[in-house]
Amino acid sequence: MGALNILVAVCLTYVALLFLVAFMAERAALRGRATWLRSPLVYTLSLSIYCTAWTFYGAVGNAARSGLEFLTIYIGPTLVMIGWWWGLRKLVRVGRTQRITSIADLISSRYGKSPLLAVFVTLIAVIGTTPYIALQLQSVTLSFASFAKVDPQAMQFADSEATALWVAGGLAVFTILFGTRNLDANERHHGVVMAIAVEAVVKLCALVAVGVFVVWGLGGGVSETLARIDASDIGTWQVDNGRWVAMTMLSAAAFLTLPRMFQVLVVENEDERHLRTASWAFPTYLMIMSLFVVPIAVVGLDIMPEGANPDQFVLTVPLSQGQQGLAMLSFLGGFSSATSMVIVAAIALSTMVSNHIVMPIWLRIAQGGAVISGDVRHVVLLARRLSIGGVLALGYLYYRFSGGGAALTSIGLISFSGVAQFLPALMGAIFWRGSNHTGAVAGLLIGFLIWVYSMLLPSFGPGVFLSAEVLEHGLWGLSWLKPQALFGIEGIDPVVHTVLWSMSLNAGAFVLFSIISFPQPLERLQGAQFVNVFQHSGNPQGWSGGVAQAEDLMVMAQRILGPVETQTLFQKAALEQGLVGFLPEPTPDFLQRLERELAGSVGAATAHAMVSQIMGRATVSVEDLLAVADETAQMMEYSSQLEAKSAELSRTARQLRAANEKLTKLSVQKDAFLSQISHELRTPMTSIRSFSEILRDTEELSPADLEKYADIIHQEAIRLTRLLDDLLDLSVLENGQVNLNIRQGVLQDLITHAIASTGAESSGLNIHRSGISTDILMETDLDRLAQVFINLIANAQKYCDADQPELTIQVTERDNYLIVDFIDNGSGIPAQAQDMVFEKFSRVSDRQAGGAGLGLAICREIMARLGGSIAYLPGQGGAAFRVSLPIKMKMAAQ
Amino acid sequence: MGKHVLVIEDEPNIIEAISFILSRDGWTVDTHSNGHDAVSVVRAKSPDLVILDVMLPGKSGYDILTELRQDAATQNLPVLMLTARGQSKDRELAEKIGASRFMTKPFSNAEVLEALHELVPQ
Repeated sequence: MGALNILVAVCLTYVALLFLVAFMAERAALRGRATWLRSPLVYTLSLSIYCTAWTFYGAVGNAARSGLEFLTIYIGPTLVMIGWWWGLRKLVRVGRTQRITSIADLISSRYGKSPLLAVFVTLIAVIGTTPYIALQLQSVTLSFASFAKVDPQAMQFADSEATALWVAGGLAVFTILFGTRNLDANERHHGVVMAIAVEAVVKLCALVAVGVFVVWGLGGGVSETLARIDASDIGTWQVDNGRWVAMTMLSAAAFLTLPRMFQVLVVENEDERHLRTASWAFPTYLMIMSLFVVPIAVVGLDIMPEGANPDQFVLTVPLSQGQQGLAMLSFLGGFSSATSMVIVAAIALSTMVSNHIVMPIWLRIAQGGAVISGDVRHVVLLARRLSIGGVLALGYLYYRFSGGGAALTSIGLISFSGVAQFLPALMGAIFWRGSNHTGAVAGLLIGFLIWVYSMLLPSFGPGVFLSAEVLEHGLWGLSWLKPQALFGIEGIDPVVHTVLWSMSLNAGAFVLFSIISFPQPLERLQGAQFVNVFQHSGNPQGWSGGVAQAEDLMVMAQRILGPVETQTLFQKAALEQGLVGFLPEPTPDFLQRLERELAGSVGAATAHAMVSQIMGRATVSVEDLLAVADETAQMMEYSSQLEAKSAELSRTARQLRAANEKLTKLSVQKDAFLSQISHELRTPMTSIRSFSEILRDTEELSPADLEKYADIIHQEAIRLTRLLDDLLDLSVLENGQVNLNIRQGVLQDLITHAIASTGAESSGLNIHRSGISTDILMETDLDRLAQVFINLIANAQKYCDADQPELTIQVTERDNYLIVDFIDNGSGIPAQAQDMVFEKFSRVSDRQAGGAGLGLAICREIMARLGGSIAYLPGQGGAAFRVSLPIKMKMAAQ
Repeated sequence: MGKHVLVIEDEPNIIEAISFILSRDGWTVDTHSNGHDAVSVVRAKSPDLVILDVMLPGKSGYDILTELRQDAATQNLPVLMLTARGQSKDRELAEKIGASRFMTKPFSNAEVLEALHELVPQ
């Protein structure tokens, strides 16, 4: 039985063991006895899928070719784990609170749940990971080949393509069996994680064993080996600063953005406290992995024949020394590195492909069928399985077409550079609220294109995708488009070149487009959720300090329910819980009741969000927030209706108040009016009664007295009559029952008639007439107008207190109004009384003049009926009244 | 000479009538026709009785009576109030302020004389 047969047997046994481990872990997890599965150690070991066959075999090859440069691959992740564990914690928290299933899911979810971004990230991830999977197939194939060389009986296995196909197929089966057993909401795979943890131990042990053999078995001890290293080329190797920094950054970025790393770091994380252990344990693991790389490389170069592939030293050095057992262990180490990487990568990619590409398409095609939920579950599993097969098939095809000749390290760097393009969008997602969808798409697109053009396509060699012509002279002959010397920058390392251009333009475009474009509302909400994940998600270690929360709840509830109701509610709850005081324990029962109470005021969604926020039990999801917004909109609608109603009510109230005030005023006016009338009637009656009694009762009355008293009785009787006439007149005018007697007449004649009928001129009042001298023909109720004029002239006659009383009657015409002013030279009417003169019974002076105070009120009513007006003219010296009438008149013929 | 009465009233015909009646009954009659200085006129003339109209130019009869009642010299001076506003609230107000008698216009001459005799025994 040849070595190769034994190898195959060992391999199959090993795989069977892994199956068993994975199966047991799944069983334990299902039974809920998986506490040992959730240890930080398992988490740390699962992270070791970072160390693939590339690091297992390739690091030695890299050291043999490029000296200490291989260390950058370890330094990047070490820096991240030690220096940036807090950032990782945030990433893990975001992953859990948002139920993130992959890096594509995180980026698309953060930037407005964009399907475009999800598809884009998935495609980049698939394209970027495919070379990596090919790399693993290549390393397994190479190691088979190494065994085959020393076992001439088994040359038939040397067909490397067939080997690669077998390996790819086997891995697909394993991944499908353990990667798609169930569809957990959180996408955790206990069996797989456990299996890769075991593999992590195997590969570490294998490398250390080979290292120990090389140092003590071949090198002759530590000091001897160190001397050999000093004597070798590696000892004199110089650091290329640019490449060193670029590779370190690249591996740090890839550690976060590689789909499989994201899977184990974030998605499979059970507890973010595990990060604390991993932050030192994982760098330690990496350190041990790298410890023997240089000795193996140096000793290998010394003892192996010229032209031996240094990528296989880990395997070929023991083989060359006849150490079959050690070589077998070494092979298992490499096999573990390759398989664990491929399995997790296939799971991660298949999740993305099925969730973001296959399922959306299937749902669109089978819109009707989507309603049957059982079918969907089935379809998801099928999509996952097909995706796993597809991913491995792609890897195999890449291996076939790239020729399988490239050094392991360079294939790994292609992958690293591809997935590193996610970094700006990923960092923006959790640290920069201002970043948005447009920026993410722009950055990813430009970074991806540069990576494809300057690194991926040239990696196939001239003539496969890019012709030698393009590689040499640039696309379309444009020298600045030379794939490996973009924009005219020549002579730098191809890896540095690609990293420099793709990452800087990616980040630049991401920032620029984020700033100049405006995020959608959903993006803003998601941005807040992601960036402020620690404020939103509260304390993950469970909540303590119930009193403090009860206090917060009370403060919040008081704002909504009011202090009295809140205190009653809380006190009652506390009493029911058997507690003294106001603050009950925040039990689920109580929270539910409080939520119901709050919902009555602010709506159910808002109430739930508020209580959740304070209790820190769940984040407020976007759906919660949208529900809150809906509720708020409804409330605003309702309140604007209420507002309209209340405005209407207050308008009605105002009208009622005004009407009431008017009625009250009228009532007061009526009382005052009656009181006035009573006074005006009783006064003359008093004289009449008294004097008539005197006439009746007094016997010896002189004829002069007799006549005088009879005269007084007579006067007062006339006064009474006039008063009654005025009252009736006013009543008729006010009720609008007056019949106007419209006739034509000349204004000047009317004035002359009015003066004559007052007898004013004979009583000493000097009257001047001025203004328009021509006869003005007018058509109105001449008697009523004359009544107004007579009243005004009589007032002047009665009240003008000048020594030589004068009255000016001035006629003017203005703005289609005929204006007649009556101005005397007395002291006029005091300003405060001017408003009152047209009111009934308002008398400015003493009552000796004998008027009842109705004259001007009657004048006002008459002028209103005639369509004109009468007003007091202040500032004229004496009392001045203006009578205006609209011109319905014409000048009389001359 | 008979008792001294001061008539404060602004309506000339009513002053004439009251003066005639009271003179015929043997009173010494003084008259005053506005409210402004009515209080000082009362103090100056210190009559045995005042006949006071309510609606006077310058100051109302109510205000004049209120002032008279605040002054010790005129606190108990008999005052007969006359008003043409015959509503019951006017009478109540007058009595509250301290009018000795309250009569509405038009009055009968005999009633006035009778009231005066009651207020000021001859």
